[in-house]
Amino acid sequence: MNISGKIKEIKRCRECYFMLMPFMLFFIIFTVIPVIMSVPVAFTDFNMIEYPKFIGLDNFKNLFLNDKIFIKSIRVTLVFAVVTGPLSYILCFMLAWFINQLPKSLHNIFMIIFYAPSMANIYTIWQLIFSGDRYGYFNSILINLGITFSPVQWLTDSRYVLGVVVAVQLWISLGAGFLAFSAGLKNIDVLYYEAGAVEGISNRWQELFYITLPSMKPYLLFAGVIQIVSSFTAGAVAQNIAGFPSTDYKAHTIMTHAYDYGWIRYEMGYASAICVVLFIAMYIADRLLNKVLNQES
Amino acid sequence: MRMSNRKKGNIIIFLFLTVLGTFMILPIYLAFVMSFKPVEELFVFPPKLYTLNPTFRNFSDMFEELSKSLKVPFSRYIFNSVFVSITATLLQCITSSMGAFVLAKCNFPAKKIINKIIVIALLYQSNVIYIMQYIVMSKLNMINTYWALILPLISSPMSLFLMKQSISQMPDSVIEAGKIDGANLFRICWQIIIPNQKPALMTVIIFAFQSSWNMQSGSFIYKENLKTLPTVIQQITASGISKTGISAAGSVFILLPPLIIFIAVRKNVVETMAHSGISG
Repeated sequence: MNISGKIKEIKRCRECYFMLMPFMLFFIIFTVIPVIMSVPVAFTDFNMIEYPKFIGLDNFKNLFLNDKIFIKSIRVTLVFAVVTGPLSYILCFMLAWFINQLPKSLHNIFMIIFYAPSMANIYTIWQLIFSGDRYGYFNSILINLGITFSPVQWLTDSRYVLGVVVAVQLWISLGAGFLAFSAGLKNIDVLYYEAGAVEGISNRWQELFYITLPSMKPYLLFAGVIQIVSSFTAGAVAQNIAGFPSTDYKAHTIMTHAYDYGWIRYEMGYASAICVVLFIAMYIADRLLNKVLNQES
Repeated sequence: MRMSNRKKGNIIIFLFLTVLGTFMILPIYLAFVMSFKPVEELFVFPPKLYTLNPTFRNFSDMFEELSKSLKVPFSRYIFNSVFVSITATLLQCITSSMGAFVLAKCNFPAKKIINKIIVIALLYQSNVIYIMQYIVMSKLNMINTYWALILPLISSPMSLFLMKQSISQMPDSVIEAGKIDGANLFRICWQIIIPNQKPALMTVIIFAFQSSWNMQSGSFIYKENLKTLPTVIQQITASGISKTGISAAGSVFILLPPLIIFIAVRKNVVETMAHSGISG
């Protein structure tokens, strides 16, 4: 199509653009620009007061060659991305699937019980449960059962802190992905199962692999995206229950590192470089997820 | 024979879910118990799973003492939270309804690429762009204003995406009929499409409300009289163990509104999420 034809086309659709505008305006200002802007800012030294100074690749060099804490934070983030994320993903699906097998009245109650934690910011309670003295719930149970004799410093001992944070992260992770799975499972036509029974599918595990999973692909993608977001940007849980910084940086994620340089030291150039690394990692994870799920169907 | 196997399986599933569910709900239950415990019961060994003398002291302390120490009445934080969440939720409903309708049902240049960008943008929501947003907001002089709390929440790719998936399930004939009646797109959207999208709208409401209500705004807002509840409760939690009762009361206070809304609109949410799949 030539240019004048295109302009005509755009004019014809001005009503569409007009209706899309409110969304696009704020979407561009608060999502598109921040993501794109992080790239040029990452090549500068920028403290929010002076004009940003171009310093080439220095931020990235420092990140990967001199910043030992960043390397640590990559390892911790990988724990969230490789262990917590997939584990929570499977948990979301299994629980949604289990719940879906039950009668409707039970179904509703379990939905609320499993979804409620994702809404709860009850870090105080977690601090009390894992408190390092005898008054901590977890310690008191262990002492009563005779498993330990002295209280364990769950939140400050570098051996345990990451494990505790991962557990709490799993606890709050049954969110939108879990809801998407529940909805998707409910949406599968009963006819498929009936047809499957005729074909000789005899138990629910066969049903799961031959009927349920193949028809859940779009939801697997959606929930996967949500899981990538929450596991790659994990950090709030650690900051709130294990303190900032955590002992020995044992629960220090890339997100926490960016927070440190962005909001505490105001080194925005360096913080942007960290964010760029994270953006790229998330994009790659998303592409991988797409590839894996598309291959299997 | 097969039926009875299935029933046995269901019982095992039920037991499994009950055990796991108990663990899931326990911390929330503890939050409720703690918030009603008098001071002398908060630190006893072994810690108890119930309270002998429930009291509203923690809640009243939360209202009174905090007002004294922080120089802003506690009700001001509640007002800020309610005002910000309701405004952001309402605006998010409006922008994503119109945007989703156009992207689902109209054809225009650049539509495909916008749809693609929105699916990618699902990745970059949440705290991952807060720091970059901060730079944008400070350039726009929005730090320490209500704008910093509301404007970034107006456009949510997730809400738009869910609405779009749901609207595209509606038959095109409805729109054609509207056009024949002489209605413009704006009227078709608000008078025909959106009234039929109650489940999707409810879903957007619960997600929008949850994210705005729970937003940690500490980095965008320094003025005491503009802070919202989660930020203040987090400050109390950070201020140490002596405030445990108050901070438990605060957590419960924050948790209740989204929980009640979720229970109320749960059915609609499940119906909408049924269209949440990403195809292609």
